[in-house]
Amino acid sequence: MSNFNSYYNSETIRQVISVVVLNEHNVLSRIVGLFSARGYNIDSLTVAPMEDSPYSRMTIVTTGDKRVIDQIVKQLNKLIPVLKVNEHKNVIEKDTVLMKFSIDNNLADIDVIARAYHGAIQNVTHDSIIVSATDSSDRIINFIKVMEKFNPLEVVRSGIVAMER
Amino acid sequence: MRMSGAKMVIESLHKEGVEVVFGYPGGAIMNVYDEIYKQNYFEHILNRHEQACVIAAEGYARSTGKTGVAIVTSGPGFTNAITGIADAYMDSIPIVIISGQVPTTIIGTDGFQEIDAVGISRPCTKHNYLVNKIEDLPRIIKEAFHLASTGRPGPVHVDIPKDITAQIGDFIYPSEVNMPTYKPTMNYNKKQLKRAMEAISNAKKPLLYVGGGAILSNCGYEIRDLAKKLNIPAVETLMARGVMGDENPLFFGMLGMHGEYSANMAAHETDLLISLGARFDDRVTGRLDEFASKAKVIHIDIDPTSIAKLVVADYPIVGDLRLTVQAMIEDIENHEINDFSNWVELLKEYREKEPLRYIDTDDLIKPQWPIERVGKILGDNAIISTDVGQHQMWTAQFFPFSHPRQWITSGGLGTMGFGLPAALGAARAFKGTNKVVVNFTGDGSILMNIQELMTCSEYELPVINIVLNNNYLGMVRQWQTMFYENRLAETDLTAQPKFKMLAEAFNCLGYTVSTKKEFDEAFKDAVEKRKPAMIEVIVARNEEVLPMVPNGHSLNEMTLLKGDK
Repeated sequence: MSNFNSYYNSETIRQVISVVVLNEHNVLSRIVGLFSARGYNIDSLTVAPMEDSPYSRMTIVTTGDKRVIDQIVKQLNKLIPVLKVNEHKNVIEKDTVLMKFSIDNNLADIDVIARAYHGAIQNVTHDSIIVSATDSSDRIINFIKVMEKFNPLEVVRSGIVAMER
Repeated sequence: MRMSGAKMVIESLHKEGVEVVFGYPGGAIMNVYDEIYKQNYFEHILNRHEQACVIAAEGYARSTGKTGVAIVTSGPGFTNAITGIADAYMDSIPIVIISGQVPTTIIGTDGFQEIDAVGISRPCTKHNYLVNKIEDLPRIIKEAFHLASTGRPGPVHVDIPKDITAQIGDFIYPSEVNMPTYKPTMNYNKKQLKRAMEAISNAKKPLLYVGGGAILSNCGYEIRDLAKKLNIPAVETLMARGVMGDENPLFFGMLGMHGEYSANMAAHETDLLISLGARFDDRVTGRLDEFASKAKVIHIDIDPTSIAKLVVADYPIVGDLRLTVQAMIEDIENHEINDFSNWVELLKEYREKEPLRYIDTDDLIKPQWPIERVGKILGDNAIISTDVGQHQMWTAQFFPFSHPRQWITSGGLGTMGFGLPAALGAARAFKGTNKVVVNFTGDGSILMNIQELMTCSEYELPVINIVLNNNYLGMVRQWQTMFYENRLAETDLTAQPKFKMLAEAFNCLGYTVSTKKEFDEAFKDAVEKRKPAMIEVIVARNEEVLPMVPNGHSLNEMTLLKGDK
């Protein structure tokens, strides 16, 4: 038998997986329980019902070597309420972030940067503004970094949604 | 027809052909019990602990291949059942567990005897359900039986709130299951099978590595056929004992930590390991990177997650083992298969050089002796269950198994307390036949579910419990001796009950024996009287389970019989 580790490339990869599941109670905990019980990573997880169907789609971003990713896909497939698991190769990914800033900042600067990241000011009150941006995950990370100089009061990210090209 | 949810449970079990359920009543399941009182479809066996209900259902399932059923109440009833459920999950045993739950109006309020049952059972069931609406109840029970027994079998749990069992609804039992998300792969891929058969034709030292899946898919006799037609040697895991039949000239023993020399050397030297429903458990493989290190692997399993989980599968085949093995047998004529006689002869030499043995004495009973003795007396008439520990390994090593489902043991989870309830489940399954159910147990294990002697005597289930008493938690003591410089932390069981009196207190036959002659007399008496019995056998205290592959070593680094080489 060839050495298991050399058979699989042990390099850690980031994998986007979408899972179509029956839209029933407990299904989210089954998925999350699978990851926690077997020691797999969840970097991001989003879930929403699918149009006109009894199913929901989950988009999971995980990391691991090829062997781990293979097992995750197989184990997900094994869960009874899972209809389909897609191991995405070539996807458009979108991540959304909401950031709240004090109204005392330079609003013009914030607006310009947000626009560069497909974002915009969403809401303004007498003491704060909320900006959103929707872009690829690494660009959103970058956006958050750039905006740190405005001392954000609150940052909320959506997690990733993805679609095969 | 309109009826209560409780009545629906009974009618559904009847539709599934259930002939016996093992259970224990309580507050949240009382509506169901009221209907059990009124029905005469099936027998209800009242165990004395919920863990034993589930394990008895397992014993029934393991010995017959049918799906076992256990019914328990909410809260502590259900948490008691969990060990049994986890046990069934680890060994892929088809059982359906029905539990009561507090009324839906109380769920989430920390009500009396409330526990998040589906939350607790999720990691150790194949699937589980909380019934929210009475109209779902028949469909869910139908699905539960289907899921438990198809694909890779396993336990399925159905949790039913008390108000659902009280409600009235229409009972429409589905004639078939419609689950678009559940489609286990039964049929092997033909290309993969062809490649595997070509690998067999080209191999020089192929080896059948037979696992518990061979029993679950009922293909023991097909595997014997395959081995014979190809003249390939075979070894078994603990879970597969009995598949090949110990008298089979192509059988070279159990492999693994306490496996036979010939079996472990076969795995070490093979150039093509053919895994039939085995899962490369760490107790089998020893050091994984050195397990079958010279071999390519054909890996056949119905569960795709088992394939390439721990080792590389050069020729993976996902499918039902029985269908796959049948196809392999049919395909043999299309291949020119090598002659493997030299390989078989080599393994015979290994077996003759280092047979399984122990140093017998006449003044003191060695624990292996009663096991061999019962094998000689009962032969294939016996159904053997065990608890967990040294006696379990000795039984796997020294009992002459002749057919599948003759051997019932807790493999994956290693549940102490398993033996007696499992044996009573098997005894119920074979009640009225000439089969004799014997439970080999230890002085540690037996006390974990001793109360089931009461169930045995109430329902006249003539289980013969043979307690191999060495006044130790023997297996832990063995490890302490070998790996912890003999520091026997909390494994000395000198303080013990009077087992004979204990048996009699439960209205069973009780014996204490310390000579071979006494053992023969007691065993004969128990078999003849056909009553549940407990025979305490005083055995040599410090006997060890050998051979042994120490943890973290490879299979060819075995400690063989001590002082005899």
